[in-house]
Amino acid sequence: MSAPLNETQAPLLSAENVTRFYGTRLGCREVSFQLYPGEVLAVVGESGSGKTTLLNCLAARLSLSSGAVRYLMRDGVMRDLASLGEAERRFLMRTDWGFVHQNPSDGLRMNVSAGANVGERLMAVGQRHYGQIRGSALSWMERVEVPADRVDDSPRAFSGGMRQRLQIARNLVTAPRLVFMDEPTGGLDVSVQARLLDLIRALVAELDMAALIVTHDLAVARLLSHRIMVMKEGEVVEEGLTDRVLDDPREPYTQLLVSSILQA
Amino acid sequence: MSDPVQKPDTPYNFAYLDEQTKRMIRRAILKAVAIPGYQVPFASREMPMPYGWGTGGVQVTAAVIGPDDVLKVIDQGADDTTNAVSIRAFFAKTARVATTTRTEAATIIQTRHRVPEMPLTESQILVYQVPIPEPLRFLEPRETETRVMHALQEYGLMHVKLYEDIARHGHIATTYAYPVKVEGRYVMDPSPIPKFDNPKLTNSPALQLFGAGREKRIYALPPFTKVESLDFEDHPFEVQRFCEPCGLCGATGVYLDEVILDDKGGRMFVCSDSDYCEGRREEGHRGHLAGALAGAAEAGE
Repeated sequence: MSAPLNETQAPLLSAENVTRFYGTRLGCREVSFQLYPGEVLAVVGESGSGKTTLLNCLAARLSLSSGAVRYLMRDGVMRDLASLGEAERRFLMRTDWGFVHQNPSDGLRMNVSAGANVGERLMAVGQRHYGQIRGSALSWMERVEVPADRVDDSPRAFSGGMRQRLQIARNLVTAPRLVFMDEPTGGLDVSVQARLLDLIRALVAELDMAALIVTHDLAVARLLSHRIMVMKEGEVVEEGLTDRVLDDPREPYTQLLVSSILQA
Repeated sequence: MSDPVQKPDTPYNFAYLDEQTKRMIRRAILKAVAIPGYQVPFASREMPMPYGWGTGGVQVTAAVIGPDDVLKVIDQGADDTTNAVSIRAFFAKTARVATTTRTEAATIIQTRHRVPEMPLTESQILVYQVPIPEPLRFLEPRETETRVMHALQEYGLMHVKLYEDIARHGHIATTYAYPVKVEGRYVMDPSPIPKFDNPKLTNSPALQLFGAGREKRIYALPPFTKVESLDFEDHPFEVQRFCEPCGLCGATGVYLDEVILDDKGGRMFVCSDSDYCEGRREEGHRGHLAGALAGAAEAGE
């Protein structure tokens, strides 16, 4: 994808030397970058390279050992996430942010219907009109290509791909400006993956959201992201435009990653 | 605890619990009254009855009862079921208080799942027996999480439940333990009273105390507290309606129990509040089945 970067804009999210230790064990070390509105950044690397730790640190789901994450709030003020109160942080999470889990059952309420899953955020921000909530749920299910007649079914009755699409709808219903995705296509078969990637790409472009996608799959990164960060043992080893990094990897580790993709 | 000179006429301390325990429960009650709808943890004691029979209500009653109080106990509106009779006998024995079945004569009414039909007064205390005090329990199983949700007033999930009801049944199908919001702040489970009784909670002149023994929580509605039942704008809160009046006393606008009469589909509706029904019959009101079933109903009681 071509980069819609506009460097004159203020960054949406800014990470400064983000470091996280689990006791003495390293999670991630001194990661710094800036994410601009509408930009998609992929974090790639092998299992255990600290990708998910980094994502959780950025999304304020883990506390940092050192460093800071700042976010441009809707009122235009850049604020350190660590300085937000619990109430503000949770409000941010369910309005301005989305978080798509690798396993849909972590992000969905499996005991309530698909419509209630999509409508939950709306009810959480105070919508109290059943007809309107249901209308939004139906229109979002249509947008993520889940048949509208499944609106009253439990997500347990859904296939893996449908669950993942439902999880995306549930996150996007409040029009977030930033979505975190942890291996959104993990565990899906290839044809379902392709459709889901297509959908995410279309939605991100259409809604002008910024997205931070963690994946070990370089194909996903190539399809979705403008920029890419390669992580190894908790540190960023290479960073740049997606095409540049994948077509012309500079670091030996990135070269290894790129060359280990099976050529069809 | 007893007077060493005079031999006590009962082996129990007044109202069964020791004085320190009663003080502890009273402190919890005071806190609960100060923060309407907030669940106050307390060190619930083992009571000589099984959990689920009203151990929480009994402890609250024991903490607030005095020698001059008159106690009424109802179980699903009736004064004459095992639970009600046993708890009345318990306090008659351990506190030597007067008991009654008449709502207007009682100063403390311990109730399992009903609010009396007769309006309560400022001189009365209504004590509810609560099995599960947490309204969010079946939506969010983690206690740590539900506490944070109460603290931050994150009650969207409660509406998810009501949404599910409408999606499945076309209307809000929750008929008991219908969630309420207290003074615009805390969402509270009014214990499993029928939602028919929810409108009686708001602006009640009586003090309402809720005790959950197994879950170790006490909460309260002070007199004249605003209590709203949750709903949607296009699906407003409604109470149950009954298609016929009470078969014995002819009352309408009260909560009725369905009684199966035979195995051929015969049934009747009678007041769930047995004291209210008796009072009306004493005043001369007669339902359409009163004559035919007077003998059978008394035999059944």
